[in-house]
Amino acid sequence: MTQRVEAGLRLAALTVDYPTAAGPLRAVEGIDLAVRTGAFVAVLGPSGCGKSTLLRVLAGLLRPSAGTAEIDGEPVLGPRRDVGVVFQDPTLLPWKTVLENVCLPGRIMGLDRHAYVARAHELLQLVGLGAFAAYYPGQLSGGMRQRVGIARGLLHDPKVLLMDEPFGALDAMTREQMNLELLRVWQATKKTILFITHSIPEAVFLADHVIVLSPRPGRVIDILDNDLPRPRGFGMMATPQFGARTQRLRELFNVEGGLD
Amino acid sequence: MTRRAITQYLLVGAVGIVALVAWQVAVRTLGVPGYILPAPTDIATAFGRGVERGIYPSNLAATLTAMLVGYVIGAGAGIVLGALVAEFKLVERLVYPYVVSLQSLPKIALAPLFVMWFGYGVMSKIVTVALICFFPLMVNTMTGILATERDRLDMVRSMTGTRMQLFWHVKLPSAAGHIFAGLQVAVVLSLIGALVGEFVGSDKGLGNLIQYSQASLDTAGMFAVLGILATIGMVATSLVRFAQRRVVFWEAAKRPPQGDAG
Repeated sequence: MTQRVEAGLRLAALTVDYPTAAGPLRAVEGIDLAVRTGAFVAVLGPSGCGKSTLLRVLAGLLRPSAGTAEIDGEPVLGPRRDVGVVFQDPTLLPWKTVLENVCLPGRIMGLDRHAYVARAHELLQLVGLGAFAAYYPGQLSGGMRQRVGIARGLLHDPKVLLMDEPFGALDAMTREQMNLELLRVWQATKKTILFITHSIPEAVFLADHVIVLSPRPGRVIDILDNDLPRPRGFGMMATPQFGARTQRLRELFNVEGGLD
Repeated sequence: MTRRAITQYLLVGAVGIVALVAWQVAVRTLGVPGYILPAPTDIATAFGRGVERGIYPSNLAATLTAMLVGYVIGAGAGIVLGALVAEFKLVERLVYPYVVSLQSLPKIALAPLFVMWFGYGVMSKIVTVALICFFPLMVNTMTGILATERDRLDMVRSMTGTRMQLFWHVKLPSAAGHIFAGLQVAVVLSLIGALVGEFVGSDKGLGNLIQYSQASLDTAGMFAVLGILATIGMVATSLVRFAQRRVVFWEAAKRPPQGDAG
């Protein structure tokens, strides 16, 4: 325990180097970041800027080379039970049914089976897949699979949900629909969400704060506090306030060399 | 069964019948001696005589026992050791070099040794079959486990999964496709192993029967046994393929099943 216990996520002077054949490759550098409990924060940056590296550090899957990552004042030393992760490719296990996939965190963590199965059914209702519990992932569309991934991330009722470009592989229409559903799920569950994306409109649509990273090595170049009113709907995307925010983020990237 | 599938089966059957008739006519018109190439009707007669004399059940049982028991032991040991090599660096470093050098040795060459050690009975055949089935399973299990997608492992790790949980929930099922490919190869090898074992020295078995037919110049009787062997091979392969479709169903869904339409 550090002296100052602060709720939420905190990254301090975080630097991560990956070993490569040509020597260490710096993925992110000197990241300082604080996310208060219950906030929806988007991390926006070009491909390969180390966005996913941040997520892997917070998920306890990767040790930082320097600096610290803390959740509620405790340093992240490995995977934690109070964190849920939604992966880019939902990485469902094809040999397990939708229900078994959603129940996986419960099985792995050895929770009470009766309770987590009931909760899995509730979560499947929440993401609109109540009728698909007995299906296998191979029988679902990309959008449905990603919703299963979200339900799985929420099963053990984590305080924090880390989402790694969860809708990147979906078509534009499904993606917008998923964004709307995610906001609904967030409002129903009140999790702290760290959402990685390289879509400017997606970040502005979803988040309270948009953290903007530079191209590799990723550094925080700006934080946009996004106070657009909630609940948000598609209509909001047509407002001048929405346009002004996306425009501002676009300009940041034009200065920095653009997205992708 | 769809109409296309039925047509397909009928066509395959027709080709077989045409081939048999051509064989029969060729042997008869060219006057090929029966000890070189018997006509299909001669083979059928020889088979009927064998059934009457009751030579098949006990010999079939001996070969099938060697095949099945050896297969289960060899494949089982192969899967276990393959998993250990994939999971533990130490096992890999200590054992794998020996496995690789043994693998290039034709296992069949050990059959005479096993007859010396374990005698003319079924035991020496079981050992030969087990040894021959061991390698494809070991190598495939190892390869399959090492090929597990990193994302799947990270997914379970992020849930605080232990090493054992990673193995049972992710690695072993991920390797199942590879393991079944090994089981396919091994089932064919197991029949070869049983036969070679019987050729080298035996008092029973279909391989023994082939040698007996050879000694008495009973080529038709030999062909009858070859027919039985082909049937065993086909049935055993189909059984493994059936199990594969059932167990590794998610991989079968990715590529359309071969050989049947619709």
